Amino acid sequence: MEKNKIETAFSSDAKKEPRRVVFVTKKTSAKVVGERGPQLMTFPHLLIREAIAFQVLVIAMVVVALFWDAPLEQLANPLLTPNPAKAPWYFLGLQELLHFFPPFVAGILIPTLVVIALIVIPYFNVNIEGRALWAYHPAQHLRTMLIIVLILLAFLAVFHAWTIFAPTALVATLLVLSYTGRQAERGWLKSLGSKPLSWWIMTWFIAVSVCLTAVGTFFRGPGWSWVWPWGSHAG
Amino acid sequence: MATSFQSALQNLRETKVWKSIFRRGPANTNRTRSLAIFGNLFLHWMPVKVREKSLRMRASYYLGSISFILFIVLFVTGIFLMFYYHPAAPNAYRDMKDLQFVVSNGVFLRNLHRLAAHLMVFAVFWHMFHVFYRGGYKPPHEFNWVVGVLLLLVTLFLSYTGYLLPWDQLAFWAVTVGTNIISAMPFIGHKVRFLLLGGNIVGENALLRFYVLHIVILPLFAFVLIGIHFWRVQKDGGLTVKPKDEDGKE
Repeated sequence: MEKNKIETAFSSDAKKEPRRVVFVTKKTSAKVVGERGPQLMTFPHLLIREAIAFQVLVIAMVVVALFWDAPLEQLANPLLTPNPAKAPWYFLGLQELLHFFPPFVAGILIPTLVVIALIVIPYFNVNIEGRALWAYHPAQHLRTMLIIVLILLAFLAVFHAWTIFAPTALVATLLVLSYTGRQAERGWLKSLGSKPLSWWIMTWFIAVSVCLTAVGTFFRGPGWSWVWPWGSHAG
Repeated sequence: MATSFQSALQNLRETKVWKSIFRRGPANTNRTRSLAIFGNLFLHWMPVKVREKSLRMRASYYLGSISFILFIVLFVTGIFLMFYYHPAAPNAYRDMKDLQFVVSNGVFLRNLHRLAAHLMVFAVFWHMFHVFYRGGYKPPHEFNWVVGVLLLLVTLFLSYTGYLLPWDQLAFWAVTVGTNIISAMPFIGHKVRFLLLGGNIVGENALLRFYVLHIVILPLFAFVLIGIHFWRVQKDGGLTVKPKDEDGKE
């Protein structure tokens, strides 16, 4: 018996598992699902990994916490407003939105719609097998997508929302590239060309969120004006 | 030496006392290793077997586990911090100064709590996006995705309510900016804001309300939702293994 690995110090693993033969959805016919691969016992194989994750994470955090001090400013003073007054980093995307749109739209409507959209994702039973956007009627789909994207970009330009415009334009460029390269044999173009519509929407959402949060965190100064993080300004 | 340690451990596991605590002897057969999971209150929600592919890094990057580990770290450091904290203005700020200058390792404690809090927000977002790209929301996992979205909201509220507690300029104005947005809600905006702050401005009442939300109400929600979330992973058949993985291709 090998003794150098913790896991091999234990006896055999599960050899048998119940096998699913078919997987039927509303829209597809019976489809044979392949073997799901071998199984391992949770004790010890999963638990040892969780324990290692715990130890590595805690040790890393302790090291960082020894050297990186939490900020503490002056006592709260309602009469002394800092400029800019910023929310925690995960709300700075919303604060950046407030710069472009009225408070009701940026602070209430958009976050509510985002939460509702996230909740209903699994209940849209369309395209459950993740068919690529360009799988059928590619030209027609491209036309529809281009019209939607151009209307969106025009709308953002009217509101001078350039920090939303830029990531949207970037994702739209990738979308067009994936159309032209949809028949590529290999590489990132092939992988992009095989993505379903839901992938594109989520990627666009993440791109905009990351851009807004980064801009709000690093590039906004007094009066929410544009500043460079490496430039010095009297705050 | 390792061998003698192992045999000592083996002997310990054979003892009456060990068996009375763990309800089994050494976990060296598949039967006793199954018992180790479902015979243990803290592990019984886990599956006894897991697919080898779901243990690989790319299946999850252990982001769910990491989020939970961060939650536990926050729970423990948070309890320690509570021993030194008064939710009143300006005592709360003085307590921060005490942590800095009087309490042994007080700064370290606060650093760890703050670091874990920011990391948890980050990890939970990353976890959600990763699950989306893996298709982990698809049937039969729909409801667990919804529980996950609720957990994201609870995490954000936990972090946000904790942000006010140091009662310094950073905390005060961040919460003022955030809660001003609530006033934009049609018809009930000002009422909701009043309910949350216990007044029209961020003051002592707001500090107390955020404190109670931060240490009792939201953690309670989090614990219940985490319980449902974990339990449903097992009930819904484990982590999603993509068809690509099933083909054996990388």
